[in-house]
Amino acid sequence: MKRALLTVEHLTMRFGGLTAVDDVSFTAWDGEITAIIGPNGAGKTTVFNCLTGFYQPTVGRLLLERADGERFLLERLEAYRIGRDAKVARTFQNIRLFPRMTVLENLLVAQHTSLMRASWYSVAGLFGLANYRHAEDAAIEKARHYMELANLVEVADWQAGNLPYGAQRRLEIIRAMCSDPVLLCLDEPAAGLNPRESAELNDLLLLLRAEKGVGILLIEHDMSVVMRISDHIVVLDYGKKISDGTAEQVQNDPRVIAAYLGEEEVA
Amino acid sequence: MSRSIASAMGPGGESLVKELGFTALIGLALTVPLISYETIDDVGGLQLQGRWAATAFIVAALVMGRLGIILLRTPGRETWVAAGGALAAVVGLLDLFRDTVAGVLGLERWPAISPSYTLAFLLGVGGAVLAIRAAVQISRRNSAISKAERDARMESLGEQVRKLVRVFAAVAVLFALTLPFMPFSNRYVMDVGTLIVTYVMLGWGLNIIVGYAGLLDLGYVAFYAVGAYSYALGAQYLGVSFWLALPFAGLLAASFGLILGFPVLRLRGDYFAIVTLGFGEIIRIILINWYDVTNGPDGISGIPRPDFFGLATMTRRGSDGLPAFHEYFGLEYSSEHRVIFLYYLIVAMAALVAVFTVRIRRLPIGRAWEALREDDIACASLGINRTTVKLAAFGISAAWGGFAGAFFATRQGFISPESFTFIESAIILAIVVMGGMGSLVGIAIAAALLIGLPEVFRDLAEYRMVAFGAGLVMIMIWRPRGLLSHREPSVLLADRSPPGRPVPAKAVAAGEVAQ
Repeated sequence: MKRALLTVEHLTMRFGGLTAVDDVSFTAWDGEITAIIGPNGAGKTTVFNCLTGFYQPTVGRLLLERADGERFLLERLEAYRIGRDAKVARTFQNIRLFPRMTVLENLLVAQHTSLMRASWYSVAGLFGLANYRHAEDAAIEKARHYMELANLVEVADWQAGNLPYGAQRRLEIIRAMCSDPVLLCLDEPAAGLNPRESAELNDLLLLLRAEKGVGILLIEHDMSVVMRISDHIVVLDYGKKISDGTAEQVQNDPRVIAAYLGEEEVA
Repeated sequence: MSRSIASAMGPGGESLVKELGFTALIGLALTVPLISYETIDDVGGLQLQGRWAATAFIVAALVMGRLGIILLRTPGRETWVAAGGALAAVVGLLDLFRDTVAGVLGLERWPAISPSYTLAFLLGVGGAVLAIRAAVQISRRNSAISKAERDARMESLGEQVRKLVRVFAAVAVLFALTLPFMPFSNRYVMDVGTLIVTYVMLGWGLNIIVGYAGLLDLGYVAFYAVGAYSYALGAQYLGVSFWLALPFAGLLAASFGLILGFPVLRLRGDYFAIVTLGFGEIIRIILINWYDVTNGPDGISGIPRPDFFGLATMTRRGSDGLPAFHEYFGLEYSSEHRVIFLYYLIVAMAALVAVFTVRIRRLPIGRAWEALREDDIACASLGINRTTVKLAAFGISAAWGGFAGAFFATRQGFISPESFTFIESAIILAIVVMGGMGSLVGIAIAAALLIGLPEVFRDLAEYRMVAFGAGLVMIMIWRPRGLLSHREPSVLLADRSPPGRPVPAKAVAAGEVAQ
């Protein structure tokens, strides 16, 4: 049964006189991969930044409804609370790892909130109490599990900044997964990947959806990724939503074709 | 003459003479206005006196050094350069310690070549650098290994250095613990030792903000001042003992850290640094101007010394019902007991900071600090509350500064705002940066160098700060990221591998991932 995970209603973001996102509404379903596509400057990343609290939207309601019935209005939350409480995790267009820390450390930082609680805000940790040690072991096991999914176990103790580009992309995704999100927002995860890495990425995303049941919201230019794995596609152009539907529907939408190929004006 | 040298050098000799002449010109241009004249106080007022010997010496040394560098460019002449450099180093060294040398040899005075101690020092260092460079070049040429092999060797060398650091740390701790009982130990050595360890503790404290959280704090001395004054004022007005005041000094400094941190932490980078700089000055200016309480620039004197954990006093006679330390332990009275006690006190406090830092670095909060330094936007997206994490770093770091301040007050017995100027913040920051931000061993070495070297070079009198500056410049050139810039991971999967699931060797992983 389909359940709405994220409902975006009338989202508008203005920067001075520029309207980057103009009255966009869409729904992302639980356990599905929703892609947001559109030409450069269409406002895709702005939508993400509104969703994850880095921008305060000018107008609009962003409702996140978790499976346990808890509801969050994302536009009212600070960035870190969207990650910590609402459990929306994201990656960035230009990868943002902790480059001088190891792969494993990156994944442990993502589990900060639960580990912090387990260490009694560092008191139990400082004295090396057993409950913290168990929590840390569990966190490392979880990290190992995700590293196995992303094929990164062998490089667990490498500095993240020394990894090849494709591995950095995968690491950023599993780092976001380590914070136990209900919605995973990926900003151009396939950018700069070669075809083989791109295929690996597809497998990883499908695996995450199947195994973890996490809802995925995806911005992507690489159509081989978008068309193959998305359940549902939203197309933006000049800040407005111009199409919404399955891959097949969107591909045949004349407005989408016009936006991408610049064909004759379609009313 | 120049013609004959030029022709002796074969082709390229012309340009050699040109280059040397240019060096001499630059040398003259720099030395004539700075060094060639000295003002002396004469009967008729100030008089100028030429220092042409020094000028000539400097220019000659520069030309010789340049010649050495030029000769190193063509292979086959390294031996000459090495010999010349070594000779210069020896001459410089002999001149530097001319009185000792003359004494040992039984001469009336050593016929020194260098006109002054500073120039002797520079000659020695310059010669040594040249000789080392030549030697390195010779050894490189003789070992016919490829670059890849050399890189691999450097890698394993790095591994060895890392192991060596651990051994070094153990030896240093042992040395610190046994210092008072060393044969060469005396009152002066203990005082310098106490001073160095105080700065080690301050460096480790500041390291939490600067090294881990990556926030440039230029006003750390403010927390040091808060700690010192909270004990001094507490003792003066409330008669609080040192042991009672110590935790309060830390707490008070921590709360100042939080008060400062709260409005400031939304700033980043340079703006943050400027505000902390201002905070350091504000505290000092308050201390100067709040005359009724702090006694202003006159400072507070007669700050009580700590007693021996409430069991005995560290004075000649016991007081307040407590016996004196030597009576308590049945020893002969010695004024050094107190000095040694204070030394051990600061060593214990520094050790506490070290243990705390090592532990907290492996906790989520410690990793969050480092993550914040690496990328704070990514931190926010992972649900980390940047404000509280930064505030924790600020408060903890300030608390250590406060503890050190209370110790400073009780050791000196007198404090005034003069002790808490910006230069103190700068020195502590320099210790952290030079040590290699985040490395406890590196910071300890840097503190020993930065605080200890000016003491060692006291023979150089007013020129010792030149030696100090030269040392800093050398570190900047050769170790721009600090003495020990290697970052040790806080946790390794390789150490955690459960039985039956071995982690493949790194070499395999390297081949696989690097493709």
